[in-house]
Amino acid sequence: MNTVNTAEHMVNSKIKVRNLSFYYENGHQALFNNDLDIHENAITAVIGPSGCGKSTHLRTYNRIYSLHRGQRAEGEIWLDGVNILSPEMDVLSLRRRVGMIFQRPTPFPMSVFENVAYPLRLHFKLSKREIGDRVELALRDASLWEEVKDSLHKSGQELSGGQQQRLCIARAIVTEPEVLLLDEPTSAIDPVATLKIEDLLLRLKERFTIVIVTHNMQQAARISDQTAFFYKGHIIETGPTQRLFTTPKEKQTEDYITGRFG
Amino acid sequence: MRDRFTYEITLLKQRLQQLASSSRNALVEASNALQTMDTARAQGIIENDMCIDAEEVAIEEECLKLIALYQPVAKDLRLIITILKINTELERVADLSANIARSVISLSAHHCAIPNTMDLTTMAKQTDAMLKGALEAFICHHPEQARAIIQEDDVIDNLNHKHYDFAQHLLESQCPEMCSALDTIAISYALERIADSATNICEDIIYLNEGVIVRHCPQL
Repeated sequence: MNTVNTAEHMVNSKIKVRNLSFYYENGHQALFNNDLDIHENAITAVIGPSGCGKSTHLRTYNRIYSLHRGQRAEGEIWLDGVNILSPEMDVLSLRRRVGMIFQRPTPFPMSVFENVAYPLRLHFKLSKREIGDRVELALRDASLWEEVKDSLHKSGQELSGGQQQRLCIARAIVTEPEVLLLDEPTSAIDPVATLKIEDLLLRLKERFTIVIVTHNMQQAARISDQTAFFYKGHIIETGPTQRLFTTPKEKQTEDYITGRFG
Repeated sequence: MRDRFTYEITLLKQRLQQLASSSRNALVEASNALQTMDTARAQGIIENDMCIDAEEVAIEEECLKLIALYQPVAKDLRLIITILKINTELERVADLSANIARSVISLSAHHCAIPNTMDLTTMAKQTDAMLKGALEAFICHHPEQARAIIQEDDVIDNLNHKHYDFAQHLLESQCPEMCSALDTIAISYALERIADSATNICEDIIYLNEGVIVRHCPQL
């Protein structure tokens, strides 16, 4: 028996996507029969040219698309054996389990401390002291504590771009979600801040399952364990990142990652 | 950006082909010098080796530049890595050819003839055929041709063993031909190493085309 295959089968899939299709309000189909396994405690990178459905696919994992009337997903997305596309799914509890970070940092117009405390107050009944402890822990986990510990009451919007993005990560992880979704989290920040966030993600994957949409091929190669290549709403190829970036199986993948199209 | 990269890769491949031509020429010249015991020709090979060394360094620098500037992946990455490795092998081929040339000069200086039982000229021709085939397989992207050449390495290895045994016999027998023993075994060893380089190039060609590392694999 092939040992690589055996090792592959031993990896737990946190999310199993089966036959997923997605439609916008105007009936436009953006995703076509996507099948994908997201490994637990690993980083999965989603790559592909603009408009290929990467972000749309990501947005189905916490059903954030349902904020827009008329958008619909068909198929199955199994999170720990529960189909989150089922109408019975409690969307609020789903979003607590599946946190999301966007391309542009989105700090709330409140202090650094309150930015991180906000989801705790929304989801849990905790004492002031417990909230303080968990905010500090989340800021430490997001590698931001040392930079903001003396200015916790400063507005979050006064931080630098890179700090704001780490603040958003702290806000996402303070409720201890199981999955972190990141939609091009470093495209609006400088290279040094980008590397800080990449280091942070590599540490966080020990506790969280991470899915990252990125246009930065080197970033996908640097930090992810698995990569999925999307094209025109179809998943063309998935596999271990090292294999996909050295010996892709599909010509379309080869052409995209070597810059021959896209 | 892609066009620029494609252009630079084309130039790099051309430079490697020129180096391949120079290195192979060194082997052919060494083989001719050996056949005719032409020391002037042998001296020319030794002097030209410095130019090949310099070109090898220049090609390596070009590869490093392309990796740093374009961060290639997939087949582009495999191509640059293959060029880097073939580059090293070609420089080694030229070095070994210069070693053969030195042995020719030494044999001539000591007025030693190569014993008839040691067919170094045939061995040199077979080695050159392997190297030529390997370089063609690289240019034409023929992994199957590369696989066939790898199989030929055993023939050269066996010839080298035969030469080694014979040289040992010469040394033990104290006959007049013993003065050539050390130089002829050095030539045979150099040819065997050049055949190994051709084999290494073939393994790199398989990696380039199929993405599989076949070194140390009994089954190709």
